[in-house]
Amino acid sequence: MTRRRTIVTAAILAGALGLTACGTNRQESTSGGAGGASSCDTSKGTLVIGMVAPLSGGLSALGLGMSHSADLAVDQANQKCTVPGYALAFQAEDDQATPQVAGQAATKLASDPNVVGVVGTLNSSTAQTVQPILADRSIVQVSPANTNPTLTLGEQATTAPKRPFPSYFRVATTDLIQGPFGAQYLVQKAGKKNIAVIDDGKTYGAGLADQFAKEAQKLGATVVAREKVGEKDTDFSGVIAKVRPSSPDAVYYGGEYPAAGPLSAQLAGAGLNVPLMGGDGIVDPQFVALGGRAGDLATNVGAPAESLPSAKQFIADYQAANYAEPFGAYGAFSYDATNVIIEALAKAVQGGTWSEDTRKAVVSNVQSTNMQGAGGPVAFDEFGDTTNKVLTVYTVKGDNFAPIEGSTGSFQG
Amino acid sequence: MLATFLSQIVNGLILGSLIGLIALGYTMVYGIIQLINFAHGEVFMVGAYGGLFMFTYLLPTFIQRQWYLALPLLLVGGAAVSTVVAVLMERFAYRPLRGAPRLAPLITALGVSVALQELVRNFYPGATAALPFPRVFVQGTWEIPVPGGTVPLRWTGLLIIVLSLVLAAVLTAYVNGTRMGRAMRAVSQDSDTARLMGVDTDRVIVLTFALGAALAGVGGIMYGTDLGFVNIDMGFQNGIFAFTAAVLGGIGNLRGAVVGGIVIGLVKALGGQYLPGGTAYDYVWIFVVLIAVLVFRPQGFFGESERVRA
Repeated sequence: MTRRRTIVTAAILAGALGLTACGTNRQESTSGGAGGASSCDTSKGTLVIGMVAPLSGGLSALGLGMSHSADLAVDQANQKCTVPGYALAFQAEDDQATPQVAGQAATKLASDPNVVGVVGTLNSSTAQTVQPILADRSIVQVSPANTNPTLTLGEQATTAPKRPFPSYFRVATTDLIQGPFGAQYLVQKAGKKNIAVIDDGKTYGAGLADQFAKEAQKLGATVVAREKVGEKDTDFSGVIAKVRPSSPDAVYYGGEYPAAGPLSAQLAGAGLNVPLMGGDGIVDPQFVALGGRAGDLATNVGAPAESLPSAKQFIADYQAANYAEPFGAYGAFSYDATNVIIEALAKAVQGGTWSEDTRKAVVSNVQSTNMQGAGGPVAFDEFGDTTNKVLTVYTVKGDNFAPIEGSTGSFQG
Repeated sequence: MLATFLSQIVNGLILGSLIGLIALGYTMVYGIIQLINFAHGEVFMVGAYGGLFMFTYLLPTFIQRQWYLALPLLLVGGAAVSTVVAVLMERFAYRPLRGAPRLAPLITALGVSVALQELVRNFYPGATAALPFPRVFVQGTWEIPVPGGTVPLRWTGLLIIVLSLVLAAVLTAYVNGTRMGRAMRAVSQDSDTARLMGVDTDRVIVLTFALGAALAGVGGIMYGTDLGFVNIDMGFQNGIFAFTAAVLGGIGNLRGAVVGGIVIGLVKALGGQYLPGGTAYDYVWIFVVLIAVLVFRPQGFFGESERVRA
């Protein structure tokens, strides 16, 4: 009897362990920063820069790059004693690219009186749940990656823009620019006239695909099919069979690389050897590993980090810091977003002491940011959107995306 | 029009026969010990990762390059990994609960499912995200000409259909035609009487788990080969479909599992094409059909009377 009970307990424990493993958040320690900070005055305590991003799951390649880049910015600030009297700590919370988990992560950060600001999120859908939680406590949020227009412009982004959260900013431009920019390239430069448009039905993907389709039609192309797939789908044969008879000469996909890579491979598998194009959500080497083909296209926010003189220092520092994963598509922007918060904090504290009331000053300092970042100039308009509206077209070469030369630019409507 | 219709039929058959193959494991275990083994989807997933491990770390390059060497080895390897996992699971999670109230093993099955998923997530290198799977079969597509177009049939898809149906037929023959198969049927009808007649019920039950798991392992390898990648969600997603297929066909019935799987595949493919909502809602139609069938025929297509078949 006792033996049986032991085994049952063991089974239950095993299950419980599994569950807790799901919920565990990996925290990046600022060991390097603490060591370097010894020469600075940190007598007033430790302030926290938070991050909410997918550190596990399908999008972790992007999320981990964001996390390391922000960690680097915090480490450097500690070494330079940027905020006199305080040490900075970086705390990354995993949102698993799921809005509900992101909400929990944001609540956890918001309950800490020492949290100064939050960098993130990656996904527009998770941003929707994180925004109100942080805004409630006037915690400044700067996203390096959100591109859905409604996050800064409200529900009627195109007709009657109204900023929903004064504490939310982003250094990435919006899909109101990205979608049409992609359409311009695909229709005018690449000469594609019959385009099938597919999206994953999420905030980011559906919004981007709509903006793309609108502009593509305006430029004289035909949207021969408009389909939706599930975010976690792996088998796209159904949707491909559906669009195949309309013989598209290109497929535009609004969504992220875990679905886009297999979709590209399966297009070719079904005899549709046409390029797939997407937005910033598919720009990652994983896209190619999961089936993305040479010649597939993508737009990404900003100018390519490798080409910017301002990014060279960041890339060198990142490599010197020996992080386990590459900085990814949003590394330079995450680094900038973190520095925006640190700079605003330094100005707000200015030798004084931190209290939760200081947060409002941090928000207004972020609003008036004007700095030269790794990803280009950083300044915000009255909605909290970046004034740097530059994008670049990338194409798959070998096992990664490479920027197409001369494609960096912006969209003028 | 015809080409599109036939393409969707082909898509449905590929998905359906894979689901049917997994569903056999659900239905056999249920037939023998009336347990819905929710961890069976994870056994399918573990088989795929086992094959991936074998390919990446164990096979020499010259075997990796030849699909006719690599594929059979992977299929056997995947099936072996799945079988070992399933046998351990039966021994340590389910056997101690034999005779306990029905809910206890059911909850345990859910726990085992989560535990397996987390074990792979945490201990297989890189498994937090999707991993590329080697394409160990002929790549390419057979464009079948039909009036008004062509129907693409990828070779890996054909492999899934043929191998799944062959394995299902072999299994049915085994259960119906061998001594051990007869023992399985006996345990399924009345395990106490079977034991009185000298049948080693524990052995029969282990064998049932092992057979179902081996099929799932083969399925996992074929799935990876066809799609070119695996992720840890694949077991949960396909497991739910397979369980639905088993219920639709009449749980406990071998033929029902395969038919149920194919019906689900066809409903998903044709529903995505012709029903309102398109591919965004194709999963919904699967469950609409399930509910409709269960309302009029609660025992599924192939009724309770044949439950003994497993």
